[in-house]
Amino acid sequence: MQETTANQVAANATSSFTEHLQRDRPGLLPFNNPLPTPQAGSTQPPQVPHATTIVALTYAGGVLMAGDRRATMGNIIASRHIEKVFPADQYSVLGIAGTAGIAIDITRLFQVELEHYEKIEGTLLSLDGKANRLGAMIRGNLPMALQGLAVIPLFAGFDTQAGVGRLFSYDVTGGRYEEQEHHTVGSGSMFARGALKKLWSPNISEDEAIRVAVESLYDAADDDSATGGPDPVRQLWPVVYTVNRAGARRVPEAVLAEAAQRVIESRASAHRES
Amino acid sequence: MTQQFYVSPEQLMKDRADFARKGIARGRSVVVISGADGIALVAENPSPSLHKIGEIYDKIAFAAVGKYNEFESLRQAGVRYADVRGYSYDREDVTARGLASVYAQSLGAVFTAEQKPFEVELAVVEVASRQDEDHLYRLTFDGSIADEKGFIVMGGQAEQVSAAVEAGWQRELDLAGAVRLAMRGLVTDKDASALPPSAVEVAVLHRESETALGTRRAFRRLGDAEIAELLAEGN
Repeated sequence: MQETTANQVAANATSSFTEHLQRDRPGLLPFNNPLPTPQAGSTQPPQVPHATTIVALTYAGGVLMAGDRRATMGNIIASRHIEKVFPADQYSVLGIAGTAGIAIDITRLFQVELEHYEKIEGTLLSLDGKANRLGAMIRGNLPMALQGLAVIPLFAGFDTQAGVGRLFSYDVTGGRYEEQEHHTVGSGSMFARGALKKLWSPNISEDEAIRVAVESLYDAADDDSATGGPDPVRQLWPVVYTVNRAGARRVPEAVLAEAAQRVIESRASAHRES
Repeated sequence: MTQQFYVSPEQLMKDRADFARKGIARGRSVVVISGADGIALVAENPSPSLHKIGEIYDKIAFAAVGKYNEFESLRQAGVRYADVRGYSYDREDVTARGLASVYAQSLGAVFTAEQKPFEVELAVVEVASRQDEDHLYRLTFDGSIADEKGFIVMGGQAEQVSAAVEAGWQRELDLAGAVRLAMRGLVTDKDASALPPSAVEVAVLHRESETALGTRRAFRRLGDAEIAELLAEGN
């Protein structure tokens, strides 16, 4: 009798918010609502907003993540203001590409997951631990991904043990891959990646890294219609977060406006077609 | 067949209450003080890792005296309650009042229905942008709940400590002043003239955490060095 009580207590002792929801409030999980199986012949997923390009790169002393401000729904621009890069906790950020609605809920769940662990255990989760938890959540979304509602995150954080910034990419099955130097996800990722290959160099400064990120997003927007470029008319600039030993910080609008203006001016003055 | 003796409900409740009170009286005290810059929580606790004070949510903290396993399970339940609520509604919909009422119900249910009551006393406090809107709730082992003004003292020698804190409490206290006052209160039942920083656990809820800490999470634990610095300021 005593043993079963002890086992019960141990089984209930979880530091994971997701596990707690799975047990007590499964309806609240973003990825726990199986869709009806699609009818034969109509394999089209429903039209919902999609978030697009995210770039991340390492620099001297940390790691940076930037995302454009566009969400698309088929050929329509669903949003010009959407933010796709979020702080996950004090030392990490994540960016999302794919189905915007599910991605934003997974982000919220991930933020609570990290904070919950910190409050229950009294200590921060390790960076690898955080990356694994995110992978498990993406795997949870696999049934929806197979029906066309995929979410692909990019995760970056400062490893306080090792003292370096690190990057992680994911596939729809929750597979987690550590990336070196830089990485991109989303519809404009191949163009942004091409730009990063030329613009990025080891140990660039934080200011330089911000300019590189903005310019690579500019290149992605140039060739991918689902990625939004800097918008001087509405004063919309990419969302950029840096993470270093001091923690995650959102780069102020004024800095981004200046970086974007510089890219636009240099491209205009070159008088080139492409 | 064993004979069931009749015990009157009054006697049963009194016995349970006496049992719980005895357990709590053995523990060391906790002081919570609301001041101009926020709320200071100070507990006499020699362990640096087994906490009596904890963060529940953005603006809400928890402090307890009594049996560690009992208040720790209550603390974790509180964190779960707050996180589920904040996740399903919104962060600002998590309030100390809601949490305190859940605690009151669980403590009340345990007091009447279980083999033995919880030997704990809790404080659930919430910092607001104005001092008048701070909430300090004190919960006792039987599920009673009290809405206190200014400060809460719980634990073994609560009367003595409470008298000392009451004498020194002012609305205008800053966080350093509140921590010093709490330390002065905690020392009243000792022979020593002051407590070393390593003998206490101190945390604060900043009133303006968005500007002071750059985050909406107002709770911050102070290390021994910071406590020593705060105490030195007053001398």
